[in-house]
Amino acid sequence: MTREERLHVILAPLATWAGLMGLLTVTAIYAWLPDAPIKPVVGLTIGVAKALLIALFFMQLRRSAGLVKVVSIVGIVWASFMFILTFADLLTR
Amino acid sequence: MSQPEAILNEPWRTAERQHVAMQFGVWAFLATEALFFGGLFLFYAVSRYFTAVGFDIGAREADFWFGTANTIVLLTSSLTMAVGERAIKAGFVRLARGAVIATLALGATFLVVKGFEYRSDIEKDLIPGPDFPYAVRGAAQFWAFYWTATVVHAIHLTVGLGIVSRLLFVSRADLPKRWTTAVGTALYWHLVDIVWVILYPLIYLVGRP
Repeated sequence: MTREERLHVILAPLATWAGLMGLLTVTAIYAWLPDAPIKPVVGLTIGVAKALLIALFFMQLRRSAGLVKVVSIVGIVWASFMFILTFADLLTR
Repeated sequence: MSQPEAILNEPWRTAERQHVAMQFGVWAFLATEALFFGGLFLFYAVSRYFTAVGFDIGAREADFWFGTANTIVLLTSSLTMAVGERAIKAGFVRLARGAVIATLALGATFLVVKGFEYRSDIEKDLIPGPDFPYAVRGAAQFWAFYWTATVVHAIHLTVGLGIVSRLLFVSRADLPKRWTTAVGTALYWHLVDIVWVILYPLIYLVGRP
């Protein structure tokens, strides 16, 4: 195994995993801090950051074709319509 | 970018096209999964919007340690899956098979930990119904979400174990040529991980003091 192969096959995924573990540690500690503000928002934001790390690096979306990048976000866009229309109704009643 | 040799399936004529088609197909499937879990997350958002106090009281009963342990297990399984996929494509068959077996072992560990967690939840009567310990509005909604989302996730993970195990049935000589299959397999496994990292704060962190 060459140095480049070792970097791509083992070290790059290991770096992503270390980032995920770091984010998990931060989110778990923040949740237990007494009287820390906006805990649900912080927890969910870190959750989304972890999901992005997984999508961009483990799922290699960063290096994928443009077509694949487009199709990767359509589910989020469709689901966002469901949330936007539901809360547009609920919040304006 | 030229890709390594691959066993081609109809109708693809090059490994590049088969690779993009595999990614496109699996991501399109993952888009339907975003809508599927999106419906569950919408239930969570609406329930919490209307019954925040009761919802948080229910959430306090979710076991932080089981949830955190399983998050570590699942994130580590994504690491081994990523290593396995890349090792298959690079032709390191021994490393690839070891990483695939580690992924399967970690996936099975997740289900075992989940089983212990479910036993603990059932012993505390944390099932919406006549014996549910909290009368406050919202607590039962949280636990309805918990059971629905985690059981559906566990089913996805069980299906993932079947998909990942297929890689072990490919002969050692053919495994590097099946790298596009490994790409699709890994995408599915990582999706199971993504759903969990969103569920983790919603279930195990919102009820902390």
